[in-house]
Amino acid sequence: MNHQQAENLLAGYIDQELSLSEAADFEQHLNSCVECQIEYKEQAHVISLLKSNAAYFEATPQFAKRLAASLQRELPSKDAKNSWNFDWLQTWLGNGLSKGAIISSLAAIVLSTSLFLATPSAQQRLTEELTASHVRSLLADHLSDVISTDQHTVKPWFNGKLDYAPPTVDLTKVGYSMEGGRLDYINARTVAVIVYRHNKHPINLYVWPSAGSDSAVQVSSHHGYNLVHWAVSGMNYWAISDLEAGKLVSFANSINDGIKEN
Amino acid sequence: MSDQLKQLRFQATILPHLNAAYNLARWLTHGHAEAEDIVQEAYLRAFKFFDGFHGEDGRVWLLGIVRNTFYTWYQQNKTQNQHTPFEEDLHGANTEIFKSDDDNPEQIMMQKDSQRVLNNALRALPIEFREVMVMRELEDLSYKQIAAIVQIPMGTVMSRLGRGRKQLATILAASAEIEGRK
Repeated sequence: MNHQQAENLLAGYIDQELSLSEAADFEQHLNSCVECQIEYKEQAHVISLLKSNAAYFEATPQFAKRLAASLQRELPSKDAKNSWNFDWLQTWLGNGLSKGAIISSLAAIVLSTSLFLATPSAQQRLTEELTASHVRSLLADHLSDVISTDQHTVKPWFNGKLDYAPPTVDLTKVGYSMEGGRLDYINARTVAVIVYRHNKHPINLYVWPSAGSDSAVQVSSHHGYNLVHWAVSGMNYWAISDLEAGKLVSFANSINDGIKEN
Repeated sequence: MSDQLKQLRFQATILPHLNAAYNLARWLTHGHAEAEDIVQEAYLRAFKFFDGFHGEDGRVWLLGIVRNTFYTWYQQNKTQNQHTPFEEDLHGANTEIFKSDDDNPEQIMMQKDSQRVLNNALRALPIEFREVMVMRELEDLSYKQIAAIVQIPMGTVMSRLGRGRKQLATILAASAEIEGRK
């Protein structure tokens, strides 16, 4: 490697962005070139100065507030529930502000946190919890605790494990095969999960007693998974899958029909 | 993508990078008001074109938009000279010309002299060097990420960083000489 080539690679060597062979060639040159050694020290010095002393400008909470307001106007729904959640304001409280600024900005922060740190709705939290549980069940290869395609095996398995009896419906005829069941912990309680499969798509059906009234099938999606939710005869149902939303709704309807027949 | 899902995804992937966006804009422009305008415009654009974001690197994606927004704005405001030529700075022999518009006396008092000199020197660098140095040294981005934001090859990122650091060292040495003469 000649000097010109080495000079061009110096920055990359300091930043550890060279390939192993380039770095080795460069080092060989560096060991014998005083000019490059001086330049190396100079660049390293500039980097450490910048990293320790250069200003990092942070957005002010007042600006974050204005930005949230202008983004709010871009939302199709004027629904107040859909306000922007600036979680990192929390981080600022922890370390982002210098001591002098804390006192002067305290009022602003209190105001902006109360406006923007709106806790996610119960529904949103539940959706996240269900998605996480679904993903976990797939990751850990832990779909079922009781593996059976027979509803008469799955149903009794839940006996004594729960204070309610989840309905188990055979949907083989409409293309949804039962794979088994398991217990999971959702919404601060132990719940029954009945596992179905449609072609290659696993479906987790979560069932637990509902305090509210019946509700029709509602579709939502979270992180690419589709969820359907409904409540009937004092039970909450949530089904989640990577299956397309339409199929999942027809799965829900089939389950509903099955419950009524039972 | 449903509107609600879009909002949640935007919230999770793009909103957290507000400080990175602001810091870059602040180093590209001269003052906080301009920087805020650019960041706001960039966020609105980002939200508008969020369907074109495929979950790669939210910070890189946003910073690319911030940078483009800045350059559009810069083209429209050419009369206000952003690009202070390097040679002139040296011969001007006055670090005060690098002062930015919103350094209030208090801030200046609080800043250590060495920090002030360094910030002024970085501000005096031509913008194509300044931006890659801010991304590398202050934002800890890789060459690959910087290349994606600036839309240049990684080799160019490397050579701009090398040249930028060299120029910065020269400016710092010149400032030290001026300070010494006082």
